[in-house]
Amino acid sequence: MLYVAIATRAFRRYSTYRAATLAGIFTNSVFGIIYSFAYLALWEASPDAGGYDATDAVTFVWLGQAMLMTIALWGGGSTDDLAERIRTGDVAIDLYRPVGLLGWYLASDLGRAAYHLLTRGLAPTVVGAVLFDINLPATPAAALGFVLALPLAVVVSFAIRFLVACSAFWLLDQSGLKVMSGAFAIFFSGMMLPLVLFPGVLGAVARALPWAAYLQVPADIWLGKRVGVDLLAALGFQALWAAVLLGCCQLVLRAATRKVVVQGG
Amino acid sequence: MAEARHQALHHARRYTDIAWLWIRAAWAYPASFVMLAVGNGLITGLDFVGLWIMFAHLNDLGGFSLHEVAFLYGASSLGLGIADTLIGSVERIGTYVRTGRLDQMMTKPVPLLVQVCADQFTLRRLGRITQAAVVFGWAATYVDWTPLRALVALCMVVSGAAVFFGLFVTFSSIQFWTTDASEFANAFTYGGATVAQYPLSIFPREVMVALTFVIPIAFVNWYPALFILGRDDPFEMPSWVQFASPVAAVVTIAVGLLVWRSGVRHYSSTGS
Repeated sequence: MLYVAIATRAFRRYSTYRAATLAGIFTNSVFGIIYSFAYLALWEASPDAGGYDATDAVTFVWLGQAMLMTIALWGGGSTDDLAERIRTGDVAIDLYRPVGLLGWYLASDLGRAAYHLLTRGLAPTVVGAVLFDINLPATPAAALGFVLALPLAVVVSFAIRFLVACSAFWLLDQSGLKVMSGAFAIFFSGMMLPLVLFPGVLGAVARALPWAAYLQVPADIWLGKRVGVDLLAALGFQALWAAVLLGCCQLVLRAATRKVVVQGG
Repeated sequence: MAEARHQALHHARRYTDIAWLWIRAAWAYPASFVMLAVGNGLITGLDFVGLWIMFAHLNDLGGFSLHEVAFLYGASSLGLGIADTLIGSVERIGTYVRTGRLDQMMTKPVPLLVQVCADQFTLRRLGRITQAAVVFGWAATYVDWTPLRALVALCMVVSGAAVFFGLFVTFSSIQFWTTDASEFANAFTYGGATVAQYPLSIFPREVMVALTFVIPIAFVNWYPALFILGRDDPFEMPSWVQFASPVAAVVTIAVGLLVWRSGVRHYSSTGS
């Protein structure tokens, strides 16, 4: 119950910035349009590149724009608050709380993600559907699979952002690592170009890394590229990375806690 | 004339003073500083790798080869990188309004725009400029250079940076009216740079018209590059527009300064 309350507060907090949300939806839509035309040109020249057709590719673009803020691809979300609190030392208060730090920030980030999904996820998708031909989930199983894949994508992304934020315990400032981590996330999630287009070894590596759980896996589920047992494998892939990374978060947190010195005063 | 030049030099010196202050401040966290620079180079670098992978599936994009697209990409990225490094902080104007820092700045004897642009100056964006310059340099080795083409190329980079400068100032000034809509500007600045990475021929005619007459992104690289690469304009615009980039740059900056000025006039302090 406590976690639901935390998530609800986070949802409400983000919903106060209406102009920012509108501006963001506009920006997502503009980028969606640009990438749609680029992909249409690519798939016109090479109609079955990566096993996608042109409609799949355009759908992928709009799914990407919808997921961009939901998974906080650039970083940000509750983990930015954490990094700031580590820098200022306020994290000591968080560590006092009778609630686990990891669970607290995860709940808060899920609340934020829900808000971004409903606004900056849904609205650009409508724009995309009006302007271009896009696919809806092929089957109920695909739709259900996507609904399950979404929170898993957020959790994997949260865990990586949490680890980056925890670097502030040692470096004091997370911004450098955050930018680097964001660069990898954009490239290896499929946001820049669907991973199905990546050739050979690079493609195999990219599809095995945790960032694939951000966009490529949910999008493939939506597009009906992963069905039956393969659908379960896709969700399992996300769940595995989520579990491994959350475990790492817990370990790092334990090491970091030993480092924190509370100055009396 | 001499008076104006003296004043411009004076502003430039204040700008570099403030910028230098921020460079030294950034060194307080050296590990972070290095990673920021590398990270920024990485973002744009991987961006280009994406384009490269695209061409593994293509012979040409909208009738343009990889070298030609790289030329367009490098020119646009260079323009954006220069503008972003020099005045990227103007994006944060909404934060200054909200926190009241703008009031502090107004009391200081340096023009507001100079202060805002130089604030939190960061060299980390050199990563983008370096990467763009490498791609541009590589693509340039495939160009059949003549003295006139070299001159147009020089004008292209300077005008490109100036156009982005104008767009940054214009759309950031909107935050004087709505302080939390900073992302709106991204659609035109970073969005513009993203459009310009691709040959305009992949977009419908309406996009070309909008990017010529409304948001002059096409002048950042498309028109001058058509001349430098010796390509025919797929949209058959008159050939003089290929030399019109400096005009577009001056107009965009003028509009930017006007919007900025009316934004500052409209500004009334948050009062707390």
